[in-house]
Amino acid sequence: MTMLVVDHLAKTYGDAATGVEAIREISFDVREREFVCIVGPSGGGKTTLLRALCGLHPKSGGSIQLHGREVVEPPPEMAAVFQDYSRSLMPWFTVQRNVELPLKNTIKETKQRNERVEWALHEVGLDGFGERYPWQLSGGMQQRVAIARAIAYQPQILIMDEPFASVDAQTRSGLEDLILSIRHDVGTAVLLVTHDIDEAVYLADRVVVLSSRPATVMDVVEVDLPRPRDQLETKSMPRFAEYRTHVLELIRATSRPDVPSADEQDVAAALHGR
Amino acid sequence: MTVAERTRIVGVSLIVPVVLIVLWWVLSADSTSAFYPSLSSILTSFKDTWLFSRVGSDVVPSLIRFGLGYLLAVFLGIFFGVLFGRLRLLDLAFQPTVQFARSIPATGLVPVSITLMGIGNAPKIWLIGFVCMFPILLNTIDGVRGIERGLEDVARTFRLTRRQRIFRIQLPSAAPQIFAGMRISLAFAFIMMIVTEMVGATSGIGFVTLNAQQSFQVPLMWAGMILLGLLGAFLNIVFLLVERRVLSWHYRSTGRIQ
Repeated sequence: MTMLVVDHLAKTYGDAATGVEAIREISFDVREREFVCIVGPSGGGKTTLLRALCGLHPKSGGSIQLHGREVVEPPPEMAAVFQDYSRSLMPWFTVQRNVELPLKNTIKETKQRNERVEWALHEVGLDGFGERYPWQLSGGMQQRVAIARAIAYQPQILIMDEPFASVDAQTRSGLEDLILSIRHDVGTAVLLVTHDIDEAVYLADRVVVLSSRPATVMDVVEVDLPRPRDQLETKSMPRFAEYRTHVLELIRATSRPDVPSADEQDVAAALHGR
Repeated sequence: MTVAERTRIVGVSLIVPVVLIVLWWVLSADSTSAFYPSLSSILTSFKDTWLFSRVGSDVVPSLIRFGLGYLLAVFLGIFFGVLFGRLRLLDLAFQPTVQFARSIPATGLVPVSITLMGIGNAPKIWLIGFVCMFPILLNTIDGVRGIERGLEDVARTFRLTRRQRIFRIQLPSAAPQIFAGMRISLAFAFIMMIVTEMVGATSGIGFVTLNAQQSFQVPLMWAGMILLGLLGAFLNIVFLLVERRVLSWHYRSTGRIQ
């Protein structure tokens, strides 16, 4: 069943005439328990899209509906993991309290809450790390804390913005498999934004391919690869290579040279609020 | 740190004070000047006055006024700091007034406070509170504003309540800067404690010291200086201990102490 429907979503920073158009027209949907990856060129409006989906940004046009209700503020069925773990965890709280904080509003009973935290830390393989502080952990472990916080919240859809972009390659593939196994365990839908085509194809049931800015959907690719997936086995399948090539071609058709245009710098400035 | 290292550190840091005290003692021993009494007579006066006959009548009232005034400043500074830091419009509206009020030299306000509130405890406490509020206020505004955008996103997507945002995210995040303001205010509060007791007061360390000077009890005046130095150093140490404890995450995460 479809849970999230994005329909003709548009976002322009500033006013319509002179502003910067980050997203022109994006439509796709996410079904229950589905793993959808959004892939597109860097600086192509992916983060804008994701912030709009989370209800963190007002949109300029179109609609985002979760279970038939328009998203205008962060919905309770949604949890997010952001790219920069070091800025999304609270250094003044232990790992346990970081994971616990959002639960204070959803689980009133302390004992139940603690059990949930313990379960989430177990899921991400951080048993016994509850009393540590985030800054005592490696980057990959910090991102696992952020993932634990998100799944402890028991969302129906988990939104992830380039969650593995700030960790080294080894850690990265470990985290990819971790998120697959968590998805298998808790059955949440996942919407993951990435610029890494291999990662998108490896993880997803469907890949939404975006053009460069202003972003539009170029294609939605159904990835029919067997699960459970395996870093070696899946990635050496001929079909994996075909999907990969297909997505790469789509993206290459739209990308321009790597120099950020004045527009792109404007968007970056708008995004970072300076 | 081993015991030997610790001993060496303590030893080295004691050399200068000990030398100074010995010099003072030796050089002032035969003093006949009324203005530079011998250290031994100062210490005798110190013992007779501050150990502990005037502790209850003067030291305690001083410290109570200091403490209440300082607490008032901390409370007001943080309260309005969070308010102004989060609500741009309020900040714009009040910023000129704040800048004006904090530019008045603090000691200049002493006569005003006496005119308004008389010579009891109230004007002293309020004046300490008022003067010491500004460094905390400005630092809190700055700290609350400089909060990581990533944490704001987290607070919003996980639908934290306003209360949680203020007490679990904004205040802890601003805490290092708030403490920087509180440290400046601590020194201000101590100065204001003495100054308010030198005008329109009937008790307190400042009152006793000024009175000693005016009634030619010069050793007692000097004893007052020693007491003030000791008290100030003590308050500073207490402050540092509290700060280290509260901000332990900050110091450890930025690698400034182990």
